[in-house]
Amino acid sequence: MNRILMNKWTKVVVFLLCLLPVGILAWQGPGGWGANPTQFLEHATGDWILRFLAITLAVTPISKIFGLKQLVRFRRMLGLFAFFYACLHFSIYIGLDQVLDFRGVGADVVKRPYITVGFTGFVLMIPLAVTSTAGMVRRMGFRRWQLLHRLIYVSAVAGVIHFYWLVKSDVHLPLLYAGIMAVLLGWRVFAWFSGRGRKPARGTPVGKESATVAAS
Amino acid sequence: MLIKKPSEMRYSEVTPKYLYMNRRNFLAGAAAAAGAAALVGRSAGDWLEPRSVQAGGAKLENLVKSPFSTPEKYSSYDAITHYNNYYEFGTDKGDPARNAGNFVTSPWFVSVEGEVGKPRKFTMEEIVKLAPLEERIYRHRCVEAWSIVVPWVGYSFSTIAKLVEPNSNAKYVAFESYFDKKQMPLWGRAGIQLPYVEGLRLDEAMHPLALLCVGMYGESLPNQDGAPVRMVLPWKYGFKSIKSLVKIRFVKDPPPTTWNITNAHEYGFYSNVNPQVDHPRWSQAKEVRLPGFFKNTPTQMFNGYGDQVASLYNGMDLKKNY
Repeated sequence: MNRILMNKWTKVVVFLLCLLPVGILAWQGPGGWGANPTQFLEHATGDWILRFLAITLAVTPISKIFGLKQLVRFRRMLGLFAFFYACLHFSIYIGLDQVLDFRGVGADVVKRPYITVGFTGFVLMIPLAVTSTAGMVRRMGFRRWQLLHRLIYVSAVAGVIHFYWLVKSDVHLPLLYAGIMAVLLGWRVFAWFSGRGRKPARGTPVGKESATVAAS
Repeated sequence: MLIKKPSEMRYSEVTPKYLYMNRRNFLAGAAAAAGAAALVGRSAGDWLEPRSVQAGGAKLENLVKSPFSTPEKYSSYDAITHYNNYYEFGTDKGDPARNAGNFVTSPWFVSVEGEVGKPRKFTMEEIVKLAPLEERIYRHRCVEAWSIVVPWVGYSFSTIAKLVEPNSNAKYVAFESYFDKKQMPLWGRAGIQLPYVEGLRLDEAMHPLALLCVGMYGESLPNQDGAPVRMVLPWKYGFKSIKSLVKIRFVKDPPPTTWNITNAHEYGFYSNVNPQVDHPRWSQAKEVRLPGFFKNTPTQMFNGYGDQVASLYNGMDLKKNY
């Protein structure tokens, strides 16, 4: 398995798979987006943000549990795709839903808790995307970089709350995402507690690979 | 073998109006399903299903034009019949079109009872013949900040109300939707108490704009739009316009209403369209006219029907009575 993960083409395939949702939306075109295309696109991209956040957060547990070290090489890309879909989601909200009415957007962010929390989750992803390069890890030092990148936990929780607060009455899907995130974050709490007895590993190498070794 | 007389047969039983599968949607669905099924647990079948298997309505003849009609261009039939809030058939906007196809709407009875002199159970056949059917092109504004323009077919609710002779105790009207767990297997996901109930003050119900609706676009109602008979109250948010009506009860006290039960803080008894009173979670100042992209149509007070209905609310604080 690790050999497949090491293959240079695997990354290309995963990259293309990550682009597939937006490709499908484009291919469907406005005719396939239904009567309320803006809402359709908001929901479709919103779903994919949560999915990519969950997939990204699943990388570390899966690699540890199944001994798939090389899986971690994909984490940065997956996280960046979560950010990519968040950018699409936010642009659709600003451009189509609010029709560039920035006063309206400002009022929403301040007055509507579900937008406040969603916006917060999005903004917190920006520094993560900016510092996602190997060079930034070197410059920041791994510890600090890792600490910063734990913000993804906040974004994931914010994303789920955003979804939960926006539905009118059927909370099944938001609760499903909440459950998935709870498992993924719960695993980390568990791993932290069970690893506390042991001495933490020192002198983590800082270099090209450490960007993908990253915060668990 | 049961052989139905032609007169008993609905047009939709003979030839489903749309029975198509859009190739693009099918392929897109297949691709998306592959990517999504694992994580979200949505079965591939949900994606692969044809977009619409539509039980269309029977043609309604001799429709009278109404002075209440707006000259605005009405929304496309396809848009309206594939973008529905009918939680008994699922909470996704596309669910009702997918799931209500086999909903049995014949035979159908509407019981009119309560504080009336002549309680009566009407058959659907009687209902469509109580008064000349009018075509009324109304704006329809959903509480979710989208709007459509629909050519409904029906007549003023007051027609049927007068027949049962409400007595002096009748101050409100309570409405109830059909509910059947067998025919509505997704009911448990709705997150609202069912059967769906709604209510109006008597004077609101008796206002000529309040429509007892049996059709749209010159045909009987499609299942996902509330077949076979529903209310349409164009100056109120869409959820007040109850679908698939089975019971009308004239009562003394304000009746419970479904969305008010679900969340009283967000949905009041009156729920008149009002751009100045925001939904606690979103603004009601603007709306997106469907089908369309941009939420930039200013919402009008009473959805533009203020000249007719504003007097019903004279002296009332509409911020309090939202």
